[in-house]
Amino acid sequence: MNTVPLLAVKDLSVSFNTPDGVVHAVDDVSFELFAGKTLGIVGESGSGKSVTASSLMRLNNSVTSTTTGSVELDGRDLLSVDEATMRSIRGQDIAMVFQDPLSALNPYYTVGDQIAEAYVIHHPTESKKDVRIRVLDMLKKVGIPNPEKRIDEYPHQFSGGMRQRIVIAIALINSPRILIADEPTTALDVTVQAQILDLMLDLQRETNMAIILITHDLGVIAEVADSTLVMYGGRIVERAAVNEIFSTPTHPYSWGLLGAVGSLDTSTRGHLSTIPGTPPSLISLPSGCSFHPRCRYAKETGSRCTTEVPQLHVVAGTSSSSACHMADAQLVALAQHGENQ
Amino acid sequence: MTSAALEARDVVKYFPTGSSGILGRPTHEVKAVDGVSFSIAHGETLGVVGESGCGKSTLARVATRLIDATSGDVLMDGESISHLSGKDLRIARRKLQMIFQDPYASLNPRHSVGQIISAPLSVQRITPPQGVKTRVQELMELVGLNPEHYNRYPHEFSGGQRQRIGIARALVLEPTVLVADEPVSALDVSIQAQILNLLETLQAELGLTYMFIAHDLSVVRHIADNVAVMYLGKFVEVGPAHAVYSTARHPYTTALLSAVPVADPSRRGRTDRIRLEGDVPSPINPPSGCRFRTRCWKATDLCASTEPVLQDMGNGHFAACHHPMETPVTLGNSVS
Amino acid sequence: MLLFITRRLLFALALLLAVSFFTYMLFAMLPSDPAALTCGKNCKPEIIAANRVRLGYDKPLLEQYWLFLKGFFVGRDYGVGAAAFSCPAPSLGYSFSQHECVSTLIARTFPVTFYLSLGAFVLWMTLGIGLGSLAALKKGKWQDRAATTFSAVGVSLPTFYIGLLVLFSFCIWLRILPFPSYESPFEDPVSFLTTMILPWSTLAVLSAAGYTRLTRNGMLEAMNEDFVRLGIAKGLRRRTIIRKYVLRSALVPIVTIAGLDFAALLGGAIITESVFSLPGMGRMSIRAVVESDLPVLVGTTMVAAVFIVLANVVVDILYGVLDPRVRQR
Repeated sequence: MNTVPLLAVKDLSVSFNTPDGVVHAVDDVSFELFAGKTLGIVGESGSGKSVTASSLMRLNNSVTSTTTGSVELDGRDLLSVDEATMRSIRGQDIAMVFQDPLSALNPYYTVGDQIAEAYVIHHPTESKKDVRIRVLDMLKKVGIPNPEKRIDEYPHQFSGGMRQRIVIAIALINSPRILIADEPTTALDVTVQAQILDLMLDLQRETNMAIILITHDLGVIAEVADSTLVMYGGRIVERAAVNEIFSTPTHPYSWGLLGAVGSLDTSTRGHLSTIPGTPPSLISLPSGCSFHPRCRYAKETGSRCTTEVPQLHVVAGTSSSSACHMADAQLVALAQHGENQ
Repeated sequence: MTSAALEARDVVKYFPTGSSGILGRPTHEVKAVDGVSFSIAHGETLGVVGESGCGKSTLARVATRLIDATSGDVLMDGESISHLSGKDLRIARRKLQMIFQDPYASLNPRHSVGQIISAPLSVQRITPPQGVKTRVQELMELVGLNPEHYNRYPHEFSGGQRQRIGIARALVLEPTVLVADEPVSALDVSIQAQILNLLETLQAELGLTYMFIAHDLSVVRHIADNVAVMYLGKFVEVGPAHAVYSTARHPYTTALLSAVPVADPSRRGRTDRIRLEGDVPSPINPPSGCRFRTRCWKATDLCASTEPVLQDMGNGHFAACHHPMETPVTLGNSVS
Repeated sequence: MLLFITRRLLFALALLLAVSFFTYMLFAMLPSDPAALTCGKNCKPEIIAANRVRLGYDKPLLEQYWLFLKGFFVGRDYGVGAAAFSCPAPSLGYSFSQHECVSTLIARTFPVTFYLSLGAFVLWMTLGIGLGSLAALKKGKWQDRAATTFSAVGVSLPTFYIGLLVLFSFCIWLRILPFPSYESPFEDPVSFLTTMILPWSTLAVLSAAGYTRLTRNGMLEAMNEDFVRLGIAKGLRRRTIIRKYVLRSALVPIVTIAGLDFAALLGGAIITESVFSLPGMGRMSIRAVVESDLPVLVGTTMVAAVFIVLANVVVDILYGVLDPRVRQR
């Protein structure tokens, strides 16, 4: 395995000023990304997973948000480079795919124009003819049938799955080293979702790019990710290789999430296991571990869960990291012997 | 024979579209629902599964008479509600309520929870014996909301709680049949399970009959007694849930099952996976014969010329296919 | 597309026919005798009766309407012999109080209204879109607050108030501009400009205020669109994004509203014309109301209706040109 990370994120925190108060969307997030690998970030709404992704490209509103920490690419901190440098990195080194392919495309321009635009901005001297050939090539690559005709059509003339292919074409036209995909298949049907995930993996094999895949769907993580971050209330609560997260998860939230998904997947009828309560509001996060109001083990460890934010640490006896106050041995025991009997 | 709680007989719904000529008459019809029949026994759940554009939401709206069918008949307890109007329709609607997908869009942000839940009572001009407020608070308790939040507004609630409000509103008239159109699709995974559990508990306690629309097979598997798989306005497979999931006979059902991502990385790269090519064709001009044939790997000339009808494959399990899947295929996430 | 335009035009024609019918009937049913108004106080009944016959008011209402309609296409003769006179096509009737064909009156007054509307339109679009864009781009900064204040104050000031205020300030108090007296731009361009600048501004302020808000909100909404975020993620320059992504989508609804607003003005800017004594259609309409000059009222109403109906057609077509999603349908 490659030991030099392509992208290193350290202590990333993002907060937004809103009329209702300060929203701590991302808090102290660190991770590394390697070429050719896929990092899955999983979490529910308000977990901070999407904000984490958009802050890597500095897409958050600079007036209302504050970002601290560092995002290192090639030894440069993306959070402190000037705007012109950042512009040359966006689309060229790091590209992004959004959740809703309909609203991500500009309705007033043809898809060909929109793909070409992404290329031309980083290759201003390329002739129009060459650009068009490249765009056609890209459309073929992402599986748009009849590209010679469809290149001059507008976004609304495409189906949801086809639109997402076009968004992917826009993202990949410059062969970026990093692709950030923010819930790329959530708005799509399952059969189309499978197509799009396959396409992304095929293109990854071809170009060796790194993918950050943000999703709420553990099934998608299981299918495509190499390693996983589980986020809750703006923080990473568990970091693990994909096999570990499913075989020996080491955080009570991961247990709950897997339990809810697992019982949906397997049981025909009967009571589903759930996580009680609702995800927290980022304006007034619970004190200490923000998962403690929903955690059934919080009482056992007493007041520490309510007063002290647990730090992400390697759980002894595993290769995973967890942010839980519970003793490592107990975490491993619960993970191995089935928390959800 | 007791009559079904909700029954549809050959329901068709076409939407006119396009325009031509000086007068701009519609030129095409979107064949959203094209001859669908089903029957749900009292206290049971029919899950209707299909991808976007298959007509499942239209079917739900026709079944609840939010829109009128182009042809066909909808019956409640053996009596047709297709031609009711005015007062009769209003009374019939008491027994037939709907839960919507988007808990954000389906609640009026300017009305308090109490007003929202009691609205059907005032529309129907009913005063419950225990009083409106008490009734509403009982319901809030029943669906897992704090009755003290009677005067709060929707924006003060999370997505899951809003869906509970929607469910309470649907229950206030004491219906016998609930039609739920993707009630958990917009919710977080951990909340989906909560709402599904609630719906099951309510069914057991109140003896409700459900028609449950979803694009998600795993959600339907959990809650449904019978499952119907819909493609381009038609049912392609109907049967008891366990039969449909364990021994799917229609190629589309197997493809749909196969496409669901499985939360088990060890299953990655399995070879029995079916990947459908392309998109769902336009419902304006569906393919001849079998509508699925353009994406089906088993399609033959017969499929293009003759439309398959739903055939009994045994034990009330029906599939509309000329070349049904023979051996029970064990799929990635089938019942273990 | 061609079929679409034909269909819209035919529909517009039918609509105008209906409007003409109802307008004619509505005014004809007013409790005043048009013939009685044709001569002064010391009028003899014989003269009134004669005038009634001459102007056609003795005939049944439906026939009157038919003659009115026919007159529009072939012209119309009133009376016979030496006292006869005629209004050539397109005739909209004859004003008995001004003793002129309505079409002649409109031909004389319309250019004034047109120049007034056009100037004000250019001014308010420039001002409104300019200020609105500035406010959106500098959201929360002083430029935004200034533009928002202008917009709030502008929409709440009545035209007659602003009109009288600027008239007093510039012509009486500061004496920078001469007191308005209308001259044709072809005869005395300088006097035309000095006269028109105040009415243009007066008329523009109110609309500019509205368009400032429209543009600002439209752009802010567009800035939150996913496609704008994707534009940034592509590495596009801010300038490109504002032009190709934000302004483009904010302007589509503005263009359509602007078309309708402009057309509505062409029917006569009654208050502004009155305040600045401009001999336009609006002032003529007011005079016609006061004098119960029915033919003029019917005529100006029809002209206003034509512009509004036509503007609707034009806006529909423009919408298709601007938005590919509409074009397809």
